[in-house]
Amino acid sequence: MSRSDVLVDADWVEAHGSDPGVVLVEVDEDTSAYDKGHIRNAVKIDWKADLQDPVRRDFVDKAGFEALLSERGISNDDTVILYGGNNNWFAAYAYWYFRLYGHNNVKLLDGGRKKWELESRELVTDVPHRARTEYHAHEQDKAIRAFRDEVVAAIGQDNLVDVRSPDEFAGRLLAPAHLPQEQAQRGGHIPTAKNVPWSKAAEEDGTFKSDDALRALYGDEAGVDFSRDTIAYCRIGERSAHTWFVLHELLGQANVKNYDGSWTEYGSLVGVPIEVGDGK
Amino acid sequence: MSADGCGAPAGGVPVSAAKDAGTQAVVQGRVTQNGSAVPVGYARLLNSGGEFVAEVPLGADGGFRFFAAPGSWTLRVLAPGNVRAEREVSADVGTITELEVAV
Repeated sequence: MSRSDVLVDADWVEAHGSDPGVVLVEVDEDTSAYDKGHIRNAVKIDWKADLQDPVRRDFVDKAGFEALLSERGISNDDTVILYGGNNNWFAAYAYWYFRLYGHNNVKLLDGGRKKWELESRELVTDVPHRARTEYHAHEQDKAIRAFRDEVVAAIGQDNLVDVRSPDEFAGRLLAPAHLPQEQAQRGGHIPTAKNVPWSKAAEEDGTFKSDDALRALYGDEAGVDFSRDTIAYCRIGERSAHTWFVLHELLGQANVKNYDGSWTEYGSLVGVPIEVGDGK
Repeated sequence: MSADGCGAPAGGVPVSAAKDAGTQAVVQGRVTQNGSAVPVGYARLLNSGGEFVAEVPLGADGGFRFFAAPGSWTLRVLAPGNVRAEREVSADVGTITELEVAV
């Protein structure tokens, strides 16, 4: 896997974003960002309204994902280019989600919406019309999604990478600093987890750091053992999808899973071990 | 805004919206240029060690808001045209710390 297989840059999007067989998709934390302006011909996916089951805590099922992509005019053969704000945080989540349902021809716009905006590139409000398709999804690829029992089993065995901020890791905050502080019943982290805040993988303009810098960040500095399997988690599984992208797609680690239940589930489980305090 | 997910407030944060910090340590404010709001840009919160902690897009009124932990923080603003600005700020529980950042 090389970077060109999973990333495109802004010049590529300006040149090819409207080509047949290419679909630009904006996925943002701020779900109103698209409506204020987006890259020409981009469609929108709402990480919450479109990707979460409205009743149970889970993703939309296979049929729901098929219905969503068919309605947005995305075919199985299309190259999907995802982008969003905040270092591609939610775009990386959507990337993982597309891969979960077997859409492998998917890439991120490196730097996402932020770099695009800071370079004053064109944003439009026209919403493109894409003809409906008959999208067929695969069953979920459980090789990239972790559930709570395997997380507990991984304590002291595999790499657990907690990608939240140091204050969340220590138990001083329960949510990122731009959100109200609430959610899990207890603060802290899963014992033996290494704390590598997700955003350390990105430069200030939102692009990913070099492979060498990333390998040093997770390996030499944090002590992630690249010969072992890895589970990444955060609060609700979106920041950790960004880290999953870094470890699995950029650094080519074979067995990396994203625990989307993350701290809001783990920190509310009865009886599981929790550590508090700063990383060692 | 939705509090049960990671959703940012729609269109940024109007500064007038928060009247009471309650149990939160709020850092909020507005970014201006020549007295006018800067509606396109990003506010980043860095901890006392200079590490990135959170980022929000500016609202239509140039507004931003963070729910921080008590302590010292650096607020960094990025806007098109290589505009960069930084302010030191301290946050306390139950307090709304207001910043006006002219770039």
